[in-house]
This record gives sequence, structure tokens and C-alpha cells, in this order.
Amino acid sequence: MKKGVLSAALSGLLALSLALAGCSGSQQAQTTDNGQQAPAADQAADSASSGPKQLIVGRGADSPGLDPITVTDGESYKVTENIMETLVNFEETNTNVVPGLAESWEVSPDGLTYTFKLRQGVKFHDGSDFNADAVKFNFDRWMDKSNPLHNPEGFQYYNDMFGGYKGDEGHVIKSVDVVDPSTVKFTLNRPLAPFIADLAMSPFAIASPKALQEMGPEKFNEHPVGTGPFKFVEWKRNDTITLEKNPDYWNKGYPKVDKLVFKVIPENSARLTALTSGEIDLMDGLNPDDAETVKSNPDLQLILRPSMNIGFLGFNTEKKPFDNPKVREAIAYAVNKPALVEAFWNGLGQPAKNPLPPSIWGYNDDIKDREFNLDKAKQLLAEAGFPNGFKTTFWAMPVPRPYMPDGQKIAEAIQQDLKQIGVETEIVTMEWATYLEKTRKGEQDMFLLGWNGDNGDPDNFLYTLLDKNNIGSNNNTRYNNEEVHQLLIKAQSAVTQEEREKLYKQAQEIIFKDVPMVPIAHSEPALAASAKVINYKPHPKGSESLEKVDIQ
Amino acid sequence: MAQVETQTVVQSKEKVSSPWRDAWKVLRKNKAAVIGFIIILFFIAIALLAPFITDYKYDEGVLTDKNKPPSAEHWFGTDYNGRDVFTRVVYGAQLSLWVGFFSVIGSIIVGTFFGLLAGYYGRWIDMLISRIFDIMLAFPSILLAIAIVAILGPSLQNALLAISIINVPTYGRLVRSRVLSLKEEEYVTAARAIGMKDSRILFRHILPNSLAPIIVTGTLGIATAIIEAASLGFLGLGAQAPEPEWGKMLADSRQYIQKAPWTVIYPGLSIMLTVLGFNLIGDGLRDALDPRMKN
Amino acid sequence: MLSYTIRRVLMLIPVLLGMSIIVFSIIHAIPGDPALTILGEKASPKAVEEFREVLGLNKPLYEQYFLFLKDILTGNLGVSLHTKAEITSEIGPYLAATVELTVFSMIFAIFIGVNAGIISAWKQNSWFDYICMLIALIGVSMPIFWLGLMEQWFFAQELKWLPSVGRDSSRDPVTAITQFYIIDTILAGRWDQLKDVISHLILPGIALGTIPMAIIARITRSSMLEVMRSDYIRTARAKGLGQFFVVYKHALKNAFIPILTIIGLQTGLLLGGAVLTETIFGWPGIGRYIYTAIGNRDYPVIQSGILVIATIFVVINLLVDLLYALIDPRIKYR
Repeated sequence: MKKGVLSAALSGLLALSLALAGCSGSQQAQTTDNGQQAPAADQAADSASSGPKQLIVGRGADSPGLDPITVTDGESYKVTENIMETLVNFEETNTNVVPGLAESWEVSPDGLTYTFKLRQGVKFHDGSDFNADAVKFNFDRWMDKSNPLHNPEGFQYYNDMFGGYKGDEGHVIKSVDVVDPSTVKFTLNRPLAPFIADLAMSPFAIASPKALQEMGPEKFNEHPVGTGPFKFVEWKRNDTITLEKNPDYWNKGYPKVDKLVFKVIPENSARLTALTSGEIDLMDGLNPDDAETVKSNPDLQLILRPSMNIGFLGFNTEKKPFDNPKVREAIAYAVNKPALVEAFWNGLGQPAKNPLPPSIWGYNDDIKDREFNLDKAKQLLAEAGFPNGFKTTFWAMPVPRPYMPDGQKIAEAIQQDLKQIGVETEIVTMEWATYLEKTRKGEQDMFLLGWNGDNGDPDNFLYTLLDKNNIGSNNNTRYNNEEVHQLLIKAQSAVTQEEREKLYKQAQEIIFKDVPMVPIAHSEPALAASAKVINYKPHPKGSESLEKVDIQ
Repeated sequence: MAQVETQTVVQSKEKVSSPWRDAWKVLRKNKAAVIGFIIILFFIAIALLAPFITDYKYDEGVLTDKNKPPSAEHWFGTDYNGRDVFTRVVYGAQLSLWVGFFSVIGSIIVGTFFGLLAGYYGRWIDMLISRIFDIMLAFPSILLAIAIVAILGPSLQNALLAISIINVPTYGRLVRSRVLSLKEEEYVTAARAIGMKDSRILFRHILPNSLAPIIVTGTLGIATAIIEAASLGFLGLGAQAPEPEWGKMLADSRQYIQKAPWTVIYPGLSIMLTVLGFNLIGDGLRDALDPRMKN
Repeated sequence: MLSYTIRRVLMLIPVLLGMSIIVFSIIHAIPGDPALTILGEKASPKAVEEFREVLGLNKPLYEQYFLFLKDILTGNLGVSLHTKAEITSEIGPYLAATVELTVFSMIFAIFIGVNAGIISAWKQNSWFDYICMLIALIGVSMPIFWLGLMEQWFFAQELKWLPSVGRDSSRDPVTAITQFYIIDTILAGRWDQLKDVISHLILPGIALGTIPMAIIARITRSSMLEVMRSDYIRTARAKGLGQFFVVYKHALKNAFIPILTIIGLQTGLLLGGAVLTETIFGWPGIGRYIYTAIGNRDYPVIQSGILVIATIFVVINLLVDLLYALIDPRIKYR
């Protein structure tokens, strides 16, 4: 009897709820119906529980887009590098350049012509041929603003690496010419020391001209077609991106897994939970704090990504009292780098003395870093005219970055030490976008920030972060030293690597003496994987192709 | 002051006998409300006496002692920065109560002002104000608060302001409807007939008679405001480090939940208890002051 | 009735228009340059300036507003600055995810809340009543993000009973047809997946549903008590416990109106609370979509997203009002 009553009541309620759901459902019927379901998804779902090998990668955020030339962020490249390939590649764990879609290349003695011999028999996922025409097609799209497939907002990395677009004064690439179907020739307007290294960067991956023309750039950005080890299948925004094995991949025997899924799990610890419970196989953005947990779990493995970054404490060298190098040096003495690295990077990083990471050539290892010494700091402050310290603001970034796991907590720890030398700081933070904008404009006093390398060239760190030409852009310390500027400019056009190396080492010495920033750490971002995952080698640049990764 | 006013009015009208004293009697007998009072007094006490209760500082910790479990030295354990969680929870009470009280007072002042205007003058003023209230109430409040904080920049003060703003219509509508019903009462029509000034009628007669529901809603409103402030803090849009705001503490300690659950349990429990306290008092007040508001 | 409905629908227009103005002005008052946010820390100032031009951010505000209004009236919600995709097509799955979660938690809230309320009233002042009302009191005071965290920690991380994040298992993803995964799995006849989808819904559903559940329980109890004092029920009751059915039916009918109101009000709260719940449980819903968009300064997404949520809320309230009128003839259609 009672049971009947309950179920009657229940069904009434259900009907009501469904009615409500129906109302809101009709609201969005028009919006949901985009009707372009990838057919492969059905098959994948049907056969999922049986045999094929799946690799599920958990990560913190979704990709903004999947046409690599249009994006600038690692979350996009993590996916696109599996779908589209570049002419040349970086070696597995460093920034030496090795053949990619191009088998070999020759450089003319004046450094103005590069001739690439392309790999033959390579096909795009849509069946069209990869050849010299395809290469030319892509470069024409990127360099020519009037090309119909050019992005109205431009292509940021192209602009940055090759000095603007066709017709601009500083544009590097004069022309790209098809010599024969498997040979392509680049003619430059002026020599560019890191040209080959630039071509290995993820944004310059070759897209299928056929797919681009048929879909148009907007659609292509959601459905990329390349020559890579995996083919695009489906994208559920803010949730998963699914790729499947490209059976016709030119590098025989690869990829090892049949299906590759990128899953968004925003919170680091939640992602680890998912890994522990077997929902995912591989994750990035492991909290340094959890490294021990991972190590002690026999089902998991800890993987470190080699460092190509710097996290630093910067000073606004235009503002008082930080215009005084003594004050800056005093603070440098009061930053306990080893303790910070131990506490917040949990040993997954090394204390830094230079803005340049040691994995990059040109690193000056002769520099001897200042030890943590509060007395020395106080003394320097007194010499600078602040025996009782001063008050200032300390800007901390609101989001974790690869180079700094938790800006606010690190700022809090530094704040405690600075208090002891009489420097009272107020920690300021704001939205990430605002933070970038304001530090760029120079509104800050002391601040935390960092940099992730793009192409493994010292120029990408020293010139970008500390040259006077980049004040208002990426030189947020507003450090303006003519001597450093001359050295960096000279290094840009120097021909040999030895010569450049010498110049960069000199520059680092001056920078160390002037202390526009206190380099804190080069972090080795931690990843974790199921013990079953083998052959995964993270690349210092932050993303890599997963073709060799296998599951035991 | 208000009490005196009410009583004179009430006597002249012979409507009810001293509602405030009656209310107090009822309230004292309401066990739930008494418990609520005790909880809130407890939190007010620890907030005021924070420096005497604990020897630790809320913003200083020992890094080597981070994420230590509760012990005799650290009753609630330590957090990721080696700071005493108990100390932070105690100081956090200051922030939450402060935001709760002042945001509600802000909403009440502004809401009452517009509610009086709309209710008393009617016509296009009423039209305009009521439509604005409708529109504001059409947004899920936390979204509106997030948007406002995004404009003002994240900080505890701005969170307070945002919470104040989003709750204005609640009080505005309440006062408006009270005014509409009181306006037709004889003593008000009489006052108007003898040529009493509008402002005098509003503030001397109508407002005091609207106090009861405002107080009830306000008390419950403090509870809501505390949760809203904590939510903003949790999303990183409220209090900023190293302020020991409870919501912010939850967000910061969240990643250590498996290793150091105490860093998440205690701040959350404090939010819940404070909110519970205000809800209990609010319910009790409603039963005592305004039986009609009961469902 | 028809004219009442038409009038109510017409009254929506100024409200919606006002909402669009408020949203638009709030969005444009937010500091932070969307161009810089999108281009990132590596952008050159020149690139930023060019990008602003492309986005039309250099046009006068009123002109931007009218363009925005024209777009939404033609069903075009704009293009996301961040993903460069059409919001109209992008927002669908997010909305579906949120609606599914909201409906699920509302069913949970109504089912538990109504039954607990009725039984509490029936057994007034019993232990059951006290415990229910204590739980309801605590529920009303619950910070849902804390509840969510505790649930996640306890049931997902410690006990490993339920999945901690997401809508489905990525090893065996649901093939989206309607984007409502419960419906999709039923359509596909994948009962194992249905189970999986429901297990993903439980934790966030409870977190989101707790407050409305508590409120509904309290309201049901008090309206039920009132009903039970009526002569009709007293007679029924006098006949003994066997008449529980009569009371149940009768009380439910009477409690319906206040519950309906609460559903209308709470849906708004749920849609707002979704921001917090979705953040905690990695739910790919509209709350997180908007929250991320605020961080990214993705103007079009923020304005369209908030507007869509607010519109749903207004429409639900309208439907609730119309339902009132339909159910209870005593309510006059003014």
C-alpha cells in the first residue's frame, strides 16, 4: 500500500521535473543542433570496451583552437603536434633540430637560401599528397595578409619569429619556391640566426591545403587535418578531444596506441585522483606536493619535464625605491631560493641565478649566486638609505604557471622573510589578464612573473625579458641598460654560435650585477602517469607528439 | 529611538500591544533561536578577542612545519605555509562577520531608500524602480556578483560592495510592499490630511512600522551574505592572500585535501556554523515579530 | 487566460531589454584588455592594437551595443574571442550539461524534500521529525562548495565509490546526440553507460540539490501542518493511520503551490550555484564556461552566457506563474 503511494507521488514529481526540463530544453534546441557528429565517434564508442589501446591524457584546460598557427598556448600544441607536423623537429628531449617532414636541407654560405628535401610518399589525413606545393601553400597563407585564408588578427608567432608579414620592412622570408614536388627553396631577405630552430616550432606545422580550402579557416580550427600520427575525431568543448590512429602514418610502426583522448580536469588534485582511479593514464600539472604520493604508489610513475623556463621576482626599476640597485640587491639577499624551491617546487626544480635556464646554450655557469643572508640584506638597505626598511606592494600572479606553481603562496613566503629586514609588503593580485596588462604598463612595484622558452634560443629569454626595446612589451622590469642592449643586438646578427655564446655570457654578468630581477627557480614541471605507460618523453618546450607512447 | 516612535503610533492606533516586547518574550522561549544566539555570540567573541585567544599570527608560519595534523600546539593543524589553521579560522571570523553585517546594512539602507520612494510616490518612480529591481532579480545573484567584482577588481571590500548591490532589490521590494499597505492606513492618511511633510510621514511613521520585516530579512540576509562572500573568496574573487577569509582558505587548501583534510574541514565548518546561527536567529525573529511571514 | 499569458509574455520584453543593457555595461566596465588576454604574455603592443581594431573594440560603446542587440535578435550570439567559434553552436553542449545537472539535482531535492517534509509533519515532534528538520536546517546553511569538496574527498578520493570529475568516463565516452547524456545513453540502449552517467551525476547533483532540498522539506512540512489542521484531514486522521494515503494526496495537492514557487526561485539559485559546483566537479557546463570567459575577458561569451542563463530563469518564473494560474483558479489574472 505505502509503496504504491510513494511511487505515485514520485511519478508525479518526475512528470513535473520533466515538464520543467522540457521548457528549458526547448530553449536550447536550436542551439544544440549543430548536427555535425563525426561518424568515427560512433564506431569508437561501440568498440571502446574491447581491444583497442587507449591513452587518456588529463590536463588543466581546454585548447582554444586546433589550427596551430592561430594559437599561442601549450594546451593547443599538446593536441596539434599529434595531428600536424613541422618541416623539422626538435630532438626528443632538447632543442637540437632533426629532420621532420623535410629529410634534409642545405643552407647557402650567405645564409640567405635554404633548400629542403621533403619526405616522399607522405599523405594528409584527407588523402591528398604532402609535397612542395603544400609547403608553399602554407607559408603563403601565413606571410601574405591578402591571402583569403590569412587570419584577420594575424598569426602571432609568424609575426614574432619572421619579422612581420610580406611587405613589412623587417620581414625575413622573401619567397618560398617549389623546385620540384619534393624540393622547396626558401629565400630570405636577411640572414636569421635561429631560422631552422624557428621552423621546428609547433605553430609552423603544415596543414592540408585541400582541407583548409574546403573547410575554411574557422572550421579547420575545429577540425585540423595534417600528416601526423593521429587523426582528429571529435571535440567536446571543455571536456575531451579525441584522436585516432592514422594507419597510413609515414613513420611505420607508429603510433603505438589506437586512440588518444585529451581530457580536461581543471583541478590538479582532482586530476591526480582521476589518475589513481584509472580514469586517465597520463596527466600534466602535478602539484609538486603530490610528487611523493606518486612515487610511493607502485601503480604510478613520476615523470619530470626538463626545464626551459624561469620564474622570477622582478622589480619595477623605474619606481622608487627600486631604481636603486642596492635596494634590489638587498632584496635578492633576502629571498631564500633553496627553501622556496624545496617548499613550493618540492625539489622539482632548481634555484636559479640567471634569467636563462641551464638547458639552453649560452648559460653562464661561472656566475656565483648570492647566498640567503638577512644581515647582508639589512646592511645593503642601510647603505641605500633605508635602515628601517620601507613599505611597498608585492604583486603575485593569480594563476599557476609552469614556471611558478603558485604565485600567491610563494609571495606569502617571501613576504615573511622581507618583513624581517623591515620591508613591509602588501600582496596584490588581480585577474590574470589585468595582471599582465598592468605589469606591462609598469604600474607594479615588486612582482612575480616568469617565462617559458619558445625555441631554445638565448635571445628568446634575454632579449625578450631584459632589453630596453621590449619595455612596454615583455620587459616588465623596465630595465634599461645600454651596454646590455648593445650586446644583445650584436648577438642577434652574429653568425657563429661561439660568438653569440660569448656575448650572451657577458650580458648575463651585467644583469646579475644590476639585479633587475631575482631569478628564483627553473622548474621541472612534474607529470604523473600510470605505470603501464611507457616511452613517454616530455619535451622541454612543454608539448610533444605522443606517437611513441605505448601502454603495456 | 525607533521603539519610542513605534509605541506612540501604536498607542494612538490601539492596534497591537508593544510588538517588540512581545517578540522578545516569544524569542526567549524559542530554543532554536537561543542556540542561534549562542553560536553567533561565540563567533563574535572569538572575532573580537582573536589576539588573546591565540599566540600565533595568521600570516606567519614556518615552512618546514607545513600541513601538520592537529596537535596540542596547533589545534586545527597547520596549512601549506606552515601557518596555524586555528588562528586563521579565528581571525577569519572577523572578516566573515564584518562582511555579513556591513553588506546587509548597505543593502538595507539603499534598498529602503528606493523602496520608500517607489512605494510612497508610486507612478513613474515606482515603475522605474520596480522594473530595475525586476531586472536585477532576473540574474542569478552570484553571477551578478562575479561580474561586479570583475569590474571592481578582486578584494574583500569589493566583494562586500558587490554583495550589497545584488541584495538591494530584496529589501527594496520588501519596503515597497510595506509602504503600499501602510499608505492606506488611517493614521497615514490622517497625517497627510493635516499637511504633514512627506519626509516626516515616511521616516516617522512608515519606516518604523516596516522595521520588523526588515530585521527578519536582514538577519537571514547576513547568513546569505556570508555564504556569498565565501563563494567569491573560493573563486578567487574575494579576499586575497594572506587574509584568512574562510572561502579563500578552502580554495587554497583544496589541493591538499587528501593529505591535510583539516585545512579544508575547519574553515568550511565555521562558515556553516555561522550561517546556521544567523538562520536560527532569523527564523526565531520571524516567528516572534511577524507571524504573517510564516508560510 | 490567453490574454493574461500574452500580457505576461509582453512584459518580458522590457525586462530582457534591460538585462541586455545591464550585461553589456557591466562587461564593458571590466578592466583588462581582451586583446592582450587572448594574445598572451608574448604579444607585442602593435599586435595588440591591431587585434583590438579587428574585434571592433575601438568603436564607440553605443554602436557596439546596438550591434550586439541586433545580433542577439537575429539569433546570433557572437563569436568567442578565445576559441573563435560561434557561441550559438558552442553554447549548446555546455547548456545541456548544466540543465541535466540542474534537473537531476532538482529531482533529488523535490523527491527527498517533499517526502521528508510530509512524513515529518505526519509524525510531528517525533525523532524522525527532529532529525529531518535538523538536517534541513543544516542543509539551508550549507556552503555548497564546501559540501562539494567534502563529498569529492570522502566518496571519490577516500572511498573511491564514485567518480570525482566530469560527465562520463573518457575511456568509453557517450556519443552525444541530444547532449543530454541520460537521454543519449537510453537512445543508444547503452545501459552500462547510463549507469556510468548517473554515477557521475550523483556527487555534484547532491551538492547542488542540498539547499533546495532543505528548503522544500521545511516548506512542505509547514504547509502540510496547516493542511492537517483542517477539518477534512482531522476527520481522515481520526479514522486512523490507514488514512495516510488520503492525507498524503491531499497534503501534496495543497503543498503544491508553495513548492512550485520554490522551484521557480531555486532554479535561479541552482543556475548560479552551478558556477561553484561545476568548478569543483570539472563539469563542462555553462557556469564554468562563463567563469572561464570572465578570466579570459571573452566579452561575447560573458554577455551571451549571462543573458542566456537570465533568460532561462525569467522564462521558468513565467511558466511557474502561468502554472499557478492554471492550477489555482482563485488566483486572479490581473
